[in-house]
Amino acid sequence: MKFGVIVFPGSNCDHDAWYAASHNFGQEARFIWHDEHALGDVDVVILPGGFSYGDYLRCGAIARFSPVMAAVRKFAADGGLVAGICNGFQILVESGLLPGALMRNAGLKFVCAPVRIAAATTNSPFTNACEAGRPLTIPVAHGEGCYYADERTLDELEAEDRIAFRYIDNPNGSLRDIAGILNAGRNVMGMMPHPERATEPLVGSTGGRVIFESLIGALTLAR
Amino acid sequence: MSALTSELITPELIALHQLSEPEYAKILKILGREPSYPELGIFSVMWSEHCSYKSSRLHLKKLPTTGARVVQGPGENAGIIDIGGGYAIAFKIESHNHPSFIEPFQGAATGVGGILRDIFTMGARPIAVLDSLRFGPGSDPQCGARNRRILEGVVSGISHYGNCFGVPTVGGETIFEPCYNGNPLVNVFALGVFKKDEIFYAKASGIGNPVIYVGAKTGRDGIHGASMASAEFTEESKQKRPNVQMGDPFLEKLLLEACLEAMHTGAVLGIQDMGAAGLTCSTCEMGSRGGLGIEIELDQVPQRETGMTPYEIMLSESQERMLLVAEKGREEEVFRVFHKWGLDAAAIGTVTGDGLLRVRHHGDIVVEIPNRELADEAPLYDRPRTEPPRLAPMEAPEFASADLNADLLTILSSGDVCSKRWIWEQYDYMVRTNTIAGPGGDAAIVRIKETGTSVAISLDGGGRYCALSPRAGARLAVAECCRNLSTVGALPVAATNNLNFGNPERPEIMAQLVEAIEGIAEACEFFDTPITGGNVSLYNETLGEGIFPTPVMGIVGLLETRAPLTMNFKAAGRVIILLGGLGSCNEARFGGTQYAKAVLDTLWGLPPALDMEYELRVHKAMREIVPLAESAHDLSDGGLAVAIAESSFGGVGVGAAIELNSLMRPEHLLFHEGPSRILVSTSDPEGVERIARTHSVEALRIGVTVDSAIRVSNNGVELLDLDIASAERAWQGGLGFPASWPVQNAHPWNNSRLFENSSAL
Repeated sequence: MKFGVIVFPGSNCDHDAWYAASHNFGQEARFIWHDEHALGDVDVVILPGGFSYGDYLRCGAIARFSPVMAAVRKFAADGGLVAGICNGFQILVESGLLPGALMRNAGLKFVCAPVRIAAATTNSPFTNACEAGRPLTIPVAHGEGCYYADERTLDELEAEDRIAFRYIDNPNGSLRDIAGILNAGRNVMGMMPHPERATEPLVGSTGGRVIFESLIGALTLAR
Repeated sequence: MSALTSELITPELIALHQLSEPEYAKILKILGREPSYPELGIFSVMWSEHCSYKSSRLHLKKLPTTGARVVQGPGENAGIIDIGGGYAIAFKIESHNHPSFIEPFQGAATGVGGILRDIFTMGARPIAVLDSLRFGPGSDPQCGARNRRILEGVVSGISHYGNCFGVPTVGGETIFEPCYNGNPLVNVFALGVFKKDEIFYAKASGIGNPVIYVGAKTGRDGIHGASMASAEFTEESKQKRPNVQMGDPFLEKLLLEACLEAMHTGAVLGIQDMGAAGLTCSTCEMGSRGGLGIEIELDQVPQRETGMTPYEIMLSESQERMLLVAEKGREEEVFRVFHKWGLDAAAIGTVTGDGLLRVRHHGDIVVEIPNRELADEAPLYDRPRTEPPRLAPMEAPEFASADLNADLLTILSSGDVCSKRWIWEQYDYMVRTNTIAGPGGDAAIVRIKETGTSVAISLDGGGRYCALSPRAGARLAVAECCRNLSTVGALPVAATNNLNFGNPERPEIMAQLVEAIEGIAEACEFFDTPITGGNVSLYNETLGEGIFPTPVMGIVGLLETRAPLTMNFKAAGRVIILLGGLGSCNEARFGGTQYAKAVLDTLWGLPPALDMEYELRVHKAMREIVPLAESAHDLSDGGLAVAIAESSFGGVGVGAAIELNSLMRPEHLLFHEGPSRILVSTSDPEGVERIARTHSVEALRIGVTVDSAIRVSNNGVELLDLDIASAERAWQGGLGFPASWPVQNAHPWNNSRLFENSSAL
């Protein structure tokens, strides 16, 4: 599998995603600079966490205009797998690749903590190895992670089984405890928790492994 | 040279620049003429206490600074030690006390920014930040509201800057005393890692080489920040808000990546960040270290505002700027990297052979000062000193506990001892996935991915103990840091210190400073942890009221990368051993404890007695015991009772049943803070005892781990009996801020339904 990790100015979990894919799962992984117009030969694209362009405006609001996002849109439209983590989720939402918005945490503070989430569907390349409802401990680290959408969109997400993860301990006030969602094509997923930080026991937990395993499994199957 | 003499230098102007008469006479002698206005400003900042250490330098020489692992001692941007495997770490602690009082958010944020630049200017990638914070109590009748506002502002400033920059804030300490009401302390420690053969120094080299300015544009912010940090606070200080700089962590992140990338081109020869005294400090210090001159043209300096004068440009403390010397002819390689990251980079001058800092503005020379005299020959004072003042009575008050359970709850919920979760959950303490032990433990541990080695870090400050005896308090701070490191299995190897004191022109304050430095020197010598750099912050006084003498130590240790030993009891039925024994105490030595502070609200006597020989043996034994231990927690604030309670707060409901046989009075037995003690739980008590014996250290079996309770008795008399849940509630809620999560979602979609789904599968 070839993982491409997008690097925006201000990305700071780019290295963590790269390290998890390459060292903890033995996959090929490379960085893709934000002003590149093509993604090259990759199977899955990760939009990593961080503060793209400083995020002084709404998080992700500037990154959506980055040259590489045109390539990501095209890649997604062609069915390529795109995972946005934390700031990556915010960017996917700002880009219109996923519905809704991520607002200031309900507690109004940045929260860094391991939280329990659970896959709400196993019908996606990002969650196929998960067991629905089984708690996974994965850290969050964000100030603006409160998922918001209008009632109709939320109902639609539920009706179409597009909620990827829900919080068991909701750290930010996200509506309907939503921690991660899928697009209609089920090939684009955004989530606020950081699975790449939970892929080896030494640094706390392994709850994120199953997400990487899902991806790797899906891609192996697709070959 | 007309521009050099165009302004009238009056005695008032000299006084306004906080230069004394003899200092001005020295300037006249160095220059052989009257200084120009910008030159006066330059001397003023470079010879300020903040930049020149003129009151402390003489005594700082007493600190041990060399050792087998030390690659770079004091005098550079940060100290460096060799960690083996071809890698090294750079680390230092620095204060941002004065700005954090005036503008807490930006003051603390730029404090983080400044120390991070010190680390990556040497070529190291920052991998950990820790903070030592001191505030006035939130419950203070007069200043409580302001104290809470300062605490909130400082914490969000650190959170904002560190999180956005992408460095984990992995630990620290937070202490409350009324003496910090008008003068909070914000000391930030940062640590970075690099290859040993890729270290960069802040030194100019090669006559004719270009001097390049990179990073943010220069504005009018922060002018005279260094001088502000060198004066006491008065009512007018609040007017100095424009002197506090604004931080831009995103820009700093870009600067980090660009600097490291530019360094890899091989075209960069020397580099220094622009911190205090900005362009002035970086030019003259780089010149001085290289024994060379530097000539710059201010027209070339990227500027944020129009019409800035030479004085303003030279003294601006705008953040996120660096000065570097590149190899002549390879400027383009450097520019290309900075432009890739969207940063300004401009050649503003050249290295010269004449040893002068020469500054031109529109072609005219406006500054011409010998670098060495400016940077390294600042006035040096052996300030008069008397004895440290007695800040509290020697005699103990009469007291007897009415309810030891209630006393423990009071201490657990007090500001110094309570859980700081509300603070550290606002910091991203995991980014870069190296954090093996984060905030809340005895020491933080970050792994070095490249080598299989981990670095443990502990910050600990004096304050209360130092108020009773600066020398003994300083020694205890060093001992505690080293004990913290040993408790997680790390060998202490090197130290940095931040000396926070009052006005050194007062002989009794000067005495505190000297006593503390000598105490640190003795202890660091003894524990073999040389000081590789640090910071001195003086004039920490508001309206003539000084802070407690507060030296803060940051000590780093090394250990093999492995799953960490944590402080929490893991399972019931394990033997609890008090390594080091019960220790001893008397009425005088009880006056600096948390019991005296939280329960009795007073201070008296002397700090706990420290036997460094015994302390060191405890450390050695502990490091050997680590593989046999299930938990280990060092005894410090609140003594044995607090250590037992904190070890029980691991979320698994395992506490302790302790039976003691001591003649000490119960208050002393439970709460005295004698050093050299570590609480260990183990399933191999014989193994632990055997190791302790070989080091001639007492290993006292005091009880066993049990479910859900904390019970202590002495000679059959019950002293404590609490359920863990109520004790933990007191401890968690002590800071007084409401938890910001989890958020109870009112929507019908809730946890039970989530699990209904799962049972269907």
